[in-house]
Amino acid sequence: MDTVEHVRERLLARFPGAEVTVVPNGSPAGQHSLLISAAHALEIARYLRDEPGLAYDQCSNVTGIDWRDREVIDIVKDSQPGAPGGPPVVVERKVKRIEPGYLEVVYHLYSLARREGPVVLRLRTGNRSTAVSVPSLTPVWRSCEFQEREVFDLFGVVFTGHPDLRRILMWDGYQDHPMRKDYVEPDDYEWEPTPHGDVLTKAKRHYPAPTAPGMTNDE
Amino acid sequence: MFDANPAASPSARVRKVEPSSFGFQPSSVPPPAGGGGDLLEISLGPHHPSTHGVFRMNVVLDGETVVRLKPVFGYLHRNHEKLGEGTSYLGSMPYTDRLDYLNSMTNNWAYAIAVEKLAGLTVPERAEYVRVILAELTRLLNHTCLAGFLMQDCGCSGTPLMYAFRERERILDLFESLSGSRMMCNYQRFGGCRVDPTPAWLAAVAQLVDRYGPFLDEFEELLTGNEIIMARTQGVGRLPAALAVNAGVTGPMLRASGVGHDLRKVDGYGVYPRLNFRVPVGDHGDVYDRYMVRVLEMRESISLLRQALAALPGGPVLDPKAKQRGLRPKAGEAYGRIEGPKGEIGFYLVSDGTANPYRYRVRPPSFVNLTVLEDLCLGHTVADAVIILGSIDIVLGEVDR
Amino acid sequence: MIGKGLLQGLAVTARNLVGSYHDPDRYTTIEYPEVKPALPEAYRNFPFLVAEKAEDPLGTLRCVACQICEKECPPQCIYIVMDRDEKGKARMKPKVFDIDTSVCMSCQICVEVCPFDAIKMDQVFEIATDERFNALLLHRDQLAKTNTYFHQIHPTEAAEVDARLAAEKKAAEEKAKAAAAAKAASAKPAPAAPANPTPPPAPAP
Repeated sequence: MDTVEHVRERLLARFPGAEVTVVPNGSPAGQHSLLISAAHALEIARYLRDEPGLAYDQCSNVTGIDWRDREVIDIVKDSQPGAPGGPPVVVERKVKRIEPGYLEVVYHLYSLARREGPVVLRLRTGNRSTAVSVPSLTPVWRSCEFQEREVFDLFGVVFTGHPDLRRILMWDGYQDHPMRKDYVEPDDYEWEPTPHGDVLTKAKRHYPAPTAPGMTNDE
Repeated sequence: MFDANPAASPSARVRKVEPSSFGFQPSSVPPPAGGGGDLLEISLGPHHPSTHGVFRMNVVLDGETVVRLKPVFGYLHRNHEKLGEGTSYLGSMPYTDRLDYLNSMTNNWAYAIAVEKLAGLTVPERAEYVRVILAELTRLLNHTCLAGFLMQDCGCSGTPLMYAFRERERILDLFESLSGSRMMCNYQRFGGCRVDPTPAWLAAVAQLVDRYGPFLDEFEELLTGNEIIMARTQGVGRLPAALAVNAGVTGPMLRASGVGHDLRKVDGYGVYPRLNFRVPVGDHGDVYDRYMVRVLEMRESISLLRQALAALPGGPVLDPKAKQRGLRPKAGEAYGRIEGPKGEIGFYLVSDGTANPYRYRVRPPSFVNLTVLEDLCLGHTVADAVIILGSIDIVLGEVDR
Repeated sequence: MIGKGLLQGLAVTARNLVGSYHDPDRYTTIEYPEVKPALPEAYRNFPFLVAEKAEDPLGTLRCVACQICEKECPPQCIYIVMDRDEKGKARMKPKVFDIDTSVCMSCQICVEVCPFDAIKMDQVFEIATDERFNALLLHRDQLAKTNTYFHQIHPTEAAEVDARLAAEKKAAEEKAKAAAAAKAASAKPAPAAPANPTPPPAPAP
């Protein structure tokens, strides 16, 4: 069984300049993954497929994950001059910063020839708005073709080098990317008899009066 | 045919449609073979019985030969994955029934395996055997239906499909008496199964298994040696093994191309390593091989069912410690997959420690198998394209999600 | 020989045609609606609420309006409002219990999560109406059906539920009695413990 560390060593030996990081997985599944830099992604993918000792000939699953911006609180230690003659005093202060989010594309690779796998590859975009492209792996594995189109459609990741990058599930001309975590559903409320929760909030915008017999708006 | 002026140049005689509504730019249409043919763009589907649902193919034809084909998806899209992010782990289970609505039992199992991996749950042995029984019944059901639908696509209208549906209904009756619903079973749970099958139910399964072999004999007598079917399907839609692997094709379609890859053997999930079965493999990778591989798989399923029924141990079917409601797995991710009747059905879950999955992804076998649709259809006629699509075995509930 | 497969196939269809007149294995359709299908005991379609007494179904609902099913329902088709007295104290029964059967997907997760065995799956499937909203929205008076009815449609499950509830009630009574006996010397008898496996959660604000 190939471990991610083993695969990582082989990749680093072959591509000394590449960044390959192990992303640990905290669940009992224990399937750690490899984060690779976009610059070397295509050649790493080719190597994984063509190198006889690896032979990851099937890319089974391609999917995206949207990681939003996170607010991180860092504790910064400053040393200030203390009482005259005494040691300096260390003052801790909390600094808030925004860790920018990113879009992630996850590839599950299997080797049919060696009955090995999965090796989980991850590619990350620079942020969620402007730098959203990663290289497409469709030239290496055809199975990525539709699945990368789906990631483009639903997450807005632009795959450079994809032969036919169009929307696939949503229609042409659609603007948003529905699987983004900050996607706002269109306000297309239709009357329904049991509005409650989110639907009731939405309903109130359209119908200020109680909407069904026995129903109150006091929730 | 569509142009009254035969003197017009070939490019002008292509019927132009808005590029945005069609999947490809008109400039990408290759020049007609031989230089003199009419190119015709037609939209096959989405409301066409041969497309097995609301599936659409934009086809460019030279005469009757397909020179380009682009599938168009999304007519049944309801963003299943987004729904999964807004629902608890348990709440997604009934939604998985609606992916590939012929095979809800295997969808349930794949999802249960992914959650069990994510949360580190164990499954009692009896439940593993029950799962095998249900998965193999599902395989019988799916492959029988597929053979019927494929023959319908070939033009043998009704008869094989009705025979297939007659047998399928018997399996659905079993599902109904076990889970309460014919198709939307919602039966598997994290760490086991929801209901313990009664001895009467198991006896009914054994009875069905006993009569399924003779039914398959009769079904094959009707179809396998039929000269018309052989003429229509042999040599049509050949899929080379290398392309099949590279394009992520799985299931009977991959095996028909000669690659003996079956997750029941490769991953050895459940109790499959303890059961004895063979993996049928095709030689030519054409439509006929895909049909034959499925028929042979059904024979193996019958044998698997016999073994599982004989070896079914006692005990509980659900791990009493496994939490269903309010399951909050540790932050992390898991990918669980099984060999569904249509191929590798997988679920990729990312947990952030809350009650809902942070990311819920379905790896749909029929969607990925469609990657090679164009390669298979090029050079064949429209009527053959319909058969090729039928032999891929798609369900739009899963393709569009 | 060319044509052998065709003739074989024709023989199969002939066998099925003739067989459909005398062989029940080959003639499997039923003449619905003149003949009703025999439903398996496990068959489910939409939920109903179990009431103890036929005379007063709304007064004897097992439901305590804890809203667990409302929260767990995947398509969010259940709507519950707790009944309260003039002071705002919860009466532990629903004032409103609506199920929108046009939304319900018959998954029976409400049944599984209910700690009080108050909601069960019905078997009535002839529910076509000509009105989309109100006719498919079932209120608590339409949903309330007796335990006897539950016994008729799901005899095995109903018997199990009754046995369990009886055992729990007995255990709770014995526990209360024991607690009362222990405390009898020093203090007033403890109030009877509820007969429920879990205490009802705090009423919604």
